[in-house]
Amino acid sequence: MQSSKRSEDSQATATDRPIVEVQGVEKSFGSNRVLKGVSLTVNKGEAVALIGPSGSGKSTLLRCINGLIKVDKGTVYASGHAVHALVRDSERIALRKDVSMVFQQYNLFPHLTVLQNVMLAPIQVLRQDRAEVEHRAITLLGKVRLQGKESAYPGELSGGQQQRVAIARALAMRPSVMLFDEVTSALDPETVKEVLTTIRELVEEGMTSILVTHEMRFAREVAHHIFFTDRGLIVEHGDPDAFFDDPKDERTREFLGHML
Amino acid sequence: MNNQANWRCKVLMRFGLAIVIVLALSEAHATSQESWIDEIAPLWKWMPLLLKGFLVDVGISIAAMLIGTAFGAIIGVGQTLFKGIIRIFCLGLTQFFRNAPWLVLLFFCILLIPHQITVFDWVIPFPPWMKGIIGLALPVMGNVSEVVRGGLISIPSAQWEAADALALNKWQTLRIVILPQALKRMLPPWMNVYAVLIMATPLVSIVGVEDSVTVARSVLSAEGNTALLMPVYGLLLILFYAYCAPIARLARFLEVRYAVK
Repeated sequence: MQSSKRSEDSQATATDRPIVEVQGVEKSFGSNRVLKGVSLTVNKGEAVALIGPSGSGKSTLLRCINGLIKVDKGTVYASGHAVHALVRDSERIALRKDVSMVFQQYNLFPHLTVLQNVMLAPIQVLRQDRAEVEHRAITLLGKVRLQGKESAYPGELSGGQQQRVAIARALAMRPSVMLFDEVTSALDPETVKEVLTTIRELVEEGMTSILVTHEMRFAREVAHHIFFTDRGLIVEHGDPDAFFDDPKDERTREFLGHML
Repeated sequence: MNNQANWRCKVLMRFGLAIVIVLALSEAHATSQESWIDEIAPLWKWMPLLLKGFLVDVGISIAAMLIGTAFGAIIGVGQTLFKGIIRIFCLGLTQFFRNAPWLVLLFFCILLIPHQITVFDWVIPFPPWMKGIIGLALPVMGNVSEVVRGGLISIPSAQWEAADALALNKWQTLRIVILPQALKRMLPPWMNVYAVLIMATPLVSIVGVEDSVTVARSVLSAEGNTALLMPVYGLLLILFYAYCAPIARLARFLEVRYAVK
């Protein structure tokens, strides 16, 4: 029902185009210009890391890609949807089925069990068969190494376990793009690893991913392409080795000098 | 600290009640040579009537609570989750009925609502008790609306964002994600509203409802014995206390249990 309501723009999207295409995006909150003309493209199956100092607009950019934030100017195409032109709720919902997001603070639903958290959206939004969704949810929880935790409540789990539930919940929609918003920033150092392992496996399976991260080593290992943002602009981008070993921009060099 | 304050409050309340009872009994005793038991004996005869009057208060308070809660929930959601004119309208209603004196609202209902309404051939009567229910339901509505608002905004906005990212629409988010969490937090303050309501319910006696206070006044004038004044009102106090205290206690218990962590 909802897919038939996709906007006209999305019809123009051919299969050979990048799965995510951001062109000249600007966004202000009040007088604060957070994005000042950002462009980036992500091809299908590619993992892209967005790095940069806090407040440089990384999380805002991520939210512009799945329409949680509406752009002021520019165009955003994601998985065949014209995100900048979304008007109706049905269009927004169609987009979110294809583009899933994982948050820094996990944002699980504390009154629902792990299994209910994962099953919620496919049943309520996609109206899929309960038995089939449950089977898929249990498989996904096994994939993020949480078998046996199905009936636990989020509050009973560690941060790393909660974040992996959040990843399983996002995957349950069978999205074509995954957005990760600083998913390890709220975790203990010991549990960071288990979450990163899960993400690495996803990327290796060919899941298109956009990662906002402060884990430089992880970004270098996993991402196919790095974008460096500073003060609302993409200052530099390139493949990981070139980016980390031979940064061209002065600001990139300074930032990497602090981080590494 | 807080617990100690609660404890002190409880002790004071019981102490006050004890004083009232002792005063009532000594009053009865002082005015007569007979023992106080003989003095309050006529009370037994009126007991069924007084209890019936009290049940009228309970019934009116429950009806007012149900109606007030239904409308309060609607305007509470309206003033929290809507924008523009709906929000302003619901906010205005809430503030008006929350801050208006209960007795004044009651008088307005008694005076403004006709004693019957004729719709085509249907005659809908509005006896005083019905006007009383409406008059009490209005301030309840205002207070419940604030309870609902408080419960809804106590849920972090990240829950809305997460549900949004999972493609749930506004109503699904409210029904499946927000309300189950918020209802728990709304329950204790909602029960407190009821405790305040039941204590305000005898106001309806002023506008001509046959409630416990009206019955008490009739009993006193029938007996014509001022010595019964304190025992009769003392009995009402005990009845209301016995009814309210467990509710307030349960509310406090739930408040601690569902406290925002």
